[in-house]
Parts: sequence; C-alpha cells; structure tokens
Amino acid sequence: MTLSADRVSYSYAGPPKGGHYDGLNRAGHDASSEFALRDVSVTIAPRSLTGLLGPNGCGKTTLLKLMSGVLKPELGSVRLGQRELRGLSARAIAQQIAVVPQETHPAFDFTVLEMVLMGRHPHLGAFQLEGPDDLAIARESLAATGTAQLAHRSYTTLSGGEKQRVVIASALAQKPTVLLLDEPTASLDLGYQLEIASLLKELNRERRVTMVLATHDLNLAASLCDTLVLLREGQVLMQGPTREVLTSATVKQLYGVIADVSFHERAGHITVIPVQRP
Amino acid sequence: MSPPSRLAASARQALAVDALERPARKPIRTRLAVTIAGFGALAVAAIALAPLVGSTHISLSRAFDRSIPFADNVDAQIFFVARLPRVLSGALVGAALAAAGVVFQALLRNPLATPFTLGVSAGASLGAMLVLIFGVSLSVGPFSTVPLASFAGAAVAAGIVYRLATPYRRAMSTAVLLLAGVTLNSFFSALIMFAQYFADFAQAYRASRWLMGDLDVGSYQPIIAAVPLVAIAFAVFAMLPSALNVLSLGPEAAATRGVDVVRAQRLAFFSASLATSAAVSLAGPIGFIGIVVPHLVRLLVGVDHRIVLPASALFGAAFLVACDLGARTLLAPVELPVGVLTAMIGGPFFLWLLVRKG
Repeated sequence: MTLSADRVSYSYAGPPKGGHYDGLNRAGHDASSEFALRDVSVTIAPRSLTGLLGPNGCGKTTLLKLMSGVLKPELGSVRLGQRELRGLSARAIAQQIAVVPQETHPAFDFTVLEMVLMGRHPHLGAFQLEGPDDLAIARESLAATGTAQLAHRSYTTLSGGEKQRVVIASALAQKPTVLLLDEPTASLDLGYQLEIASLLKELNRERRVTMVLATHDLNLAASLCDTLVLLREGQVLMQGPTREVLTSATVKQLYGVIADVSFHERAGHITVIPVQRP
Repeated sequence: MSPPSRLAASARQALAVDALERPARKPIRTRLAVTIAGFGALAVAAIALAPLVGSTHISLSRAFDRSIPFADNVDAQIFFVARLPRVLSGALVGAALAAAGVVFQALLRNPLATPFTLGVSAGASLGAMLVLIFGVSLSVGPFSTVPLASFAGAAVAAGIVYRLATPYRRAMSTAVLLLAGVTLNSFFSALIMFAQYFADFAQAYRASRWLMGDLDVGSYQPIIAAVPLVAIAFAVFAMLPSALNVLSLGPEAAATRGVDVVRAQRLAFFSASLATSAAVSLAGPIGFIGIVVPHLVRLLVGVDHRIVLPASALFGAAFLVACDLGARTLLAPVELPVGVLTAMIGGPFFLWLLVRKG
C-alpha cells in the first residue's frame, strides 16, 4: 500500500488561538511562523526504500511521526492506501505501520523475547495472551535479525547494535507493510552501521517491507535507498530517485557544505565526501 | 597470549555470558496460572492463619461454637471483633496499595514510584486531619466522617495533579506528574502541620495516630464501604497490564504498537488513584507496601505486568496481613500501628533498591 502525506503542516505550538485555521490560507504561512513542517507532500511507493535527508531541525522526525500517526497533522492528511490515518485507531495503524526509533529504553528489565513479543500487541485483544503462533512469529523475527541466541538475555545488558537489531525484530513481529526508521544507526559504530544497513536491505528485498529511513548518514542513504526526500526548513526541497537527487548541488543546498559526490565502483553506490564549508 | 590464559579468558567469557543468560521461560499461560496459584495460596494462608495468632490464645472450635451466646464467648469476640476485621482490612489495603504501586511505576516509567508519590495520600491525610482537628462530623451512607474526608482530600489532590500534567488531548507528561506530585505532597504536609498547630493535645494525638497508618479499623462497616471502590479500581486494572508493558517503553513507542496512550494513561492514573484513596481512607497512609511488594514480586516472576500485577495484589494482601501480625505480636501486649513497622522495613529496602540500581 502507498503511504502518502498530502500537503501536511504541523506545529508543536499547537493550533493558533481560536482553535482553527479559518481565514489563514496556506500560502499565508511564511517562514517566520512556527511550523515544523509546512505544506509537505510525499509519496512512498509500495516496497520502496526511501531516505529522508536534511539538516537538524528540518522536520525529518516530525514527518516520520505524522506518517506513523503518533502526531496528527494540523493541515492536510496522511493516507495509507485510500484510508486517512486520522480515522484509524492506533491499533489499526500499528497492524500496518511499525516504527524503529533512534533508541529504546524500557523502564523495566524485560528479556529480549518479551521485547519482541510486544510487537504482537496490536494483533492481540485487551485480555488475550500471546499464543503459539505469536511466539513463532517472535522467534522468526529474532532469527531474521540474527538475534535468536539472545532470546533469554536481559535487553538492558545488550550492546547498542544488538539492542537496535532486537528493536527491529520487535517491529517485524508487528508484521507491518511499512517500517519507519528514525536514524537507526546514529549511535552505532561503523561495523554495526553496515550490519544494520545490510539487514534492512535484505528485509526490504525479501519481505517486501516498505521502508522510510530518516538519517544524517548520506553514504548510508546512498547505499540503501532507491528514493530520497530532501527536507529543508520544514519543506520539501526535492524528491526522486537517489541517483538524480543526491548531487554536490543538493548537498550544498541542504547543509552548506561543498562535497565530492561520485559513484564508487567497489562500494557499488554513490558516495559523498565532504570537502569544506565555504 | 599463551594457551592456558587464552583458555581462562574464554572460560571467563563463557561464564559472563551464562551470568547474563536467563533461564528460558514457560509460556505466559502456564506462568500466569502457576503464579496466581502460588501467591493466591500464600494470601489465603495468611488470611486464614493470622486471626488465630495473637497475644491471647483462642480456641477455634470455641470461637465457632454457636451453642455459646456471643456475649459470653470470649474466643469468638476476639476472633470476630478484634482480629478478623483487622486481617480483612489488611488484605484489602495490602492488595490495593501493592497493585496501585505497580500501575504508578509503569505509568511514571519509574520503578521507584509509590502510590503516595503523586500526592494522593497527602491529600487524603489533609482531609482526615481537617475533620479530626476541627471536629467536623459528616457521614453519607456507609462512609463515616474520617474515611469520607480523606477520600475527598485524595480526589482533590488527584484532580489537581491530573489537570497540571495533561495538556489538551495529548499524552500526560510524566515529568510534570512527578514534579506536581512531589510539590503537592510537601504543600499538603505544610497545611497538615498548620492544622495540627491549632489542635489541642487530644486532637493532635488522634491526628498523629491516624498519620501512622493503622489497620485497627474497629468494625466491618468501613471495610464494606471500601470494597466497592477497590473493586472498581481492580476491574480497570484488569484491562491494563499489556498496555502497561508497552507504555514502559515510552508513550510514543507505545502508540506505534497500537496503544491508545491518552486513554491508557487516564485509566491507569484514575484507577490507581482510586485504589490508593480507598486504601488510605480505610487505614491511613501505610507506607512502602506499594514499592516493597512489586519489587519482591519482580525478583521472583520477572517484569511482565500481566503477571506482576495480579501477583502483587495477592502478595500485597499476604504481606500486609503478615506485617500487621508482627505489629500486634512483636511487642505484645503493646500493639504497634502497622504503618510504623512497614516504614521500618520499607525505608532500608528502598535505599537498598537505590544502591543496587546504581
């Protein structure tokens, strides 16, 4: 199913005094208004792997939260297929869309298997306990992320890379059609970054999970994503195929950095090497 | 590295991995059944045995002998008038405070939270103090003056904290909840001291006795009045455990796993406040039950709220009945208020938890 944002705007300050937008036309929102996102339209094709790029504070995380239904847009709409997220319950959304945040800190000492079984929550009734089928899905998700041997470990004792793989397993246990990831490799070392990247690529290809990935790592985005959305100051600067969108010109526009952008034969993808700040 | 030391290193590594490894768990259904059976048996045993023990020996057969008129049957009087109400109120209050502790800890995402952290007990105490000291008399149906006033005080405190921490239609801020609760606690304590300053000796004595927390409730009537309130709270608790598991990952993580966060937080806050208010209005603020019991239970059965919540309710009942038995018998014939004993157990326990976490 296609996930799309249609002319969405969102402000953390809440709606203007008086409660609604009558008398405010969309063009009237100038750059000085406090919108985290303004009039953003994005279409995520089924089974694509889309990267969200942009400097700090450009609205990447806000857009992900709108697309997962955690935040509701003040203007515009977010749709999954034909249905607007606003009209769906959290449970119905979670049966289709799963989220992997940058970091996950449970308040209690859950085991890895318990963490992954929480992914079954949207598929269980309020009084329903997980059954053998749910356990099988959880075990399979652990296996898919290479964490089966950690099932009975305490989550809090894992390394950063292991934790992130377990959280991805928990998201897979939701059996989502769309997976949204917010800087999933931000706190990981180079080895784990490559590991998570190849895991995501594999899951996208083999399980046909649509993925949207917000990241600061341009090389990660270049190696993984078939489509890129560039955000700047809460607005879409450009969106399209990675090859067309990721250029020295757009890197300069986004980050104000002069960079060499070229195809790397041995890596097999475009690479970005920052050269200087003019 | 020489072979022996490499061997030693790999052995150390293996040991370290083993130390982190938890034993594989049985399916949730089995664990739930075993836990409820075990803690249930403990609660039943405590409730059945506690009335038989005390400073005076009683004969059970004589206590239940209907051929002796009640007025002449000392054993029956001790059993039914002096001990049984105390045991029953202990079970009710223990279950309510322990379960409310579990819910507040999950809601606040803080294992060191207690049912009294958010100011509910301070509100209850202020209500009780005001009627005890100013000699107001009011009663509605089965509720007598002090329970009614303390329940009203608790409701006011819960209402204030809730208003402060809940922006319109958004998830509660747990940081604001905690700060508002702690601030309200000290503000209400100041008002309590203010009220106590104007009390005479007799009033001040009654007031400070109430603040110690005591299960010597005197009759069955206040217990019967508290039962429906605790029952409503427990009916809501029954809907919460799996949402509490997911909420402990944080409100946004919970939302993306299908939890209606605003609704779940509201239900958790009001049901746990209701259970706490009912318990405090019955027996005064008996401290530390709401933190000691959930932590002991977690050490035994893990952290899954679907098991921790019912197990804590049952173990809380058994634990408070046992503490009260200790309070009645340790210094016999002096009967300590049980709140003094639980605080003496709970204070060091709390510090131990703090140190262990660090």
